[in-house]
Amino acid sequence: MAEIMFWEAVRRAHDEEMTNDPNVICMGEDIGVVGGTYKATKGLYDKYGPERVIDTPISENSYTGLGIGASFLGVRPIIEIMSVNFAWLALDQIANSAAKVRYMSGGQLVAPVVVRSPGGTAHQLGAQHSARMEKVFMGVAGLRVVTPSTPKQAYGMLKSAVRCEDPVFINEHELMYNMKGEVPDEEYFHPLEGSETVREGRDVTLFGYNISVHWCLQAAEQLSQKHGIEAEVIDLYSLSPLDRQGITKSVSKTHRAVVVEEAEPIVGVGAEVMAIINEECFFELDAPPMRVSAVHVPIPYNHTMEKAAIPNAKDVVAAVLKMFGK
Amino acid sequence: MSLKIDDKKRLLREMLFSRRFEERCYEAYVERKIGGFLHLYPGQEACAHGVLEAARPGFDYVITSYRDHVHALKCGADPKAVMAELFAKETGICKGRGGSMHIFDVDKHFMGGYALVGGPFPLAAGIAKALQLQKREEIAVCFLGDAANNQGTFHESLNMAALWNLPVLYVCENNLYGIGTRIDRSTAVVDQYKRVSGYGIAAEQIDGQDVEAVYAAAVKAVKHVRSGKGPFFLELMTYRYRGHSMSDSNAYREKAEERRWSKRDPIIMLRDRLIEAGKLTREDYKALDDEILEEIENEIIKFAEESPEPDVAELEKYVFAENDPWVNGGPANG
Ligand SMILES: Cc1ncc(C[n+]2csc(CCOP(=O)(O)OP(=O)(O)O)c2C)c(N)n1
Ligand SMILES: [Mg+2]
Repeated sequence: MAEIMFWEAVRRAHDEEMTNDPNVICMGEDIGVVGGTYKATKGLYDKYGPERVIDTPISENSYTGLGIGASFLGVRPIIEIMSVNFAWLALDQIANSAAKVRYMSGGQLVAPVVVRSPGGTAHQLGAQHSARMEKVFMGVAGLRVVTPSTPKQAYGMLKSAVRCEDPVFINEHELMYNMKGEVPDEEYFHPLEGSETVREGRDVTLFGYNISVHWCLQAAEQLSQKHGIEAEVIDLYSLSPLDRQGITKSVSKTHRAVVVEEAEPIVGVGAEVMAIINEECFFELDAPPMRVSAVHVPIPYNHTMEKAAIPNAKDVVAAVLKMFGK
Repeated sequence: MSLKIDDKKRLLREMLFSRRFEERCYEAYVERKIGGFLHLYPGQEACAHGVLEAARPGFDYVITSYRDHVHALKCGADPKAVMAELFAKETGICKGRGGSMHIFDVDKHFMGGYALVGGPFPLAAGIAKALQLQKREEIAVCFLGDAANNQGTFHESLNMAALWNLPVLYVCENNLYGIGTRIDRSTAVVDQYKRVSGYGIAAEQIDGQDVEAVYAAAVKAVKHVRSGKGPFFLELMTYRYRGHSMSDSNAYREKAEERRWSKRDPIIMLRDRLIEAGKLTREDYKALDDEILEEIENEIIKFAEESPEPDVAELEKYVFAENDPWVNGGPANG
């Protein structure tokens, strides 16, 4: 098992799937000759050529639609949208075409596309380059939404997503491409549904996904070391569908829940997880569940304000202590 | 290239069938057998029929808007299943899940009707990209209205189609209106074929009421696309005889304009030519019409009416693939 960077894991998945199946192609802005803004397709242009590694014009909605149309005939496009902020422009084709054709056609036509895109707040990129959009995609019936928190997940999820018959949106994070992690040397396919217990605990469950899993893990460590609180950390790597059973099981064990998301709380992952807890295991709760989320503002440029808008591990610790009345 | 007499007679039958099919949909809508939005095709028959006569229906891939029944039929969709879809039945071509605006017959390479104006432009380019990648002989044919050309997808998709030399034929059925807005009130350049010159795409404007003219132009267009010369844009000047949809009063059009176009009915024009040439009599035509009406009533409508509705217990079927092993980490993971 080798330690590689997140971007290398994504790149390896592309490379293996493209070798495995000539119908796998990738497309997006500056992914070919340049190799991708985050190097996720580095070297693939030279290896597979311009027919299969396609530098697209800046036409998000239409190149996404083009990928979807190609998928109707068995092509397996991996579409990179340079930043999730630009995915707003492609929502029409993702939501109205990819997610709905199977249903509208009574099961005749499927759109097995993968759309992957980095979201999240990085370093002072300003309001139009800092959005988190997973909540928008989660609301679309017929679309799977997954979000890796480690290089292993990034690698294994992309490979499964390419082979899955459903359209899949993979939510990555701009700050995570240089993160290192172990990825199996042999081929590995990560599930697209479910959740993963990344730390066991008995006192409270911290739910995270993508970057917030790491905040949860840091917080859990501090809570254990300094406060004697043993937090369980659940990685909700599948945002649609959410793992109802996994959420219920953990909360039924710890009786307390904090949902941690980088996005704003309004109609977000936290809201959804709390609704599931209410519906499935309300009477198991020893305390009202809490959310640790962003402030509901366009992300400011100023560094101090930017940090203040986005939660971190300290905020998670503070929320848990508050919950325990400490 | 011109059509043989037998082909013209068959086309006449197919076009008349399309007309009667759509008129019967109108009645069924009034009877509340059909719900939702219903966009009918009368007046524009020469477009779908003329173009697809020159392509290979059932082989080439066809995609269009919500005004889609006749394109599906021409590709070979079973009219019983199309009507049953409009009646929202389980025997419908999309099992009652699609409706009038979303007819699909993937076996016949009819890749669907889409309700978002301009949505199919990139999908058609994508189908063409797949055909190019897979080195196949089929082409993609995309039929859309004139007003759709004001969407960004028109420009974005035509740019990519030209850039990558994709085998796609874009057919613009220019019926002069987008709902109630006449083209000169929405569009700076009224001649649509001129708009694609900026992308270096070959284009032509043709009388869309004359099925023989449409056919002749489409033969050239299809040949261009199939021979690897890249996309082609065919603008067909046409007119719809009814309102935009069933909820449209049609009050925005001048009666004189409607009368002018009704004198250029594509079916009557073809019929009269055949009569003049001594290949058809008025009696033949009447008999043909009666036979079609009888088929629609006694077979198609009957089938749609007698079919069962879908089982509500299957509401969540067709959202995702069933038992896709990759969802759980691949076949090895059981
Ligand atoms: C994206 C989008 N905007 C608006 C509408 C509403 N709408 C439906 S049809 C139509 C007019 C389209 O006209 P045209 O493209 O000329 O096609 P025609 O109906 O004349 O065949 C409009 C505005 C829609 N369905 N989709
Ligand atoms: Mg129109």
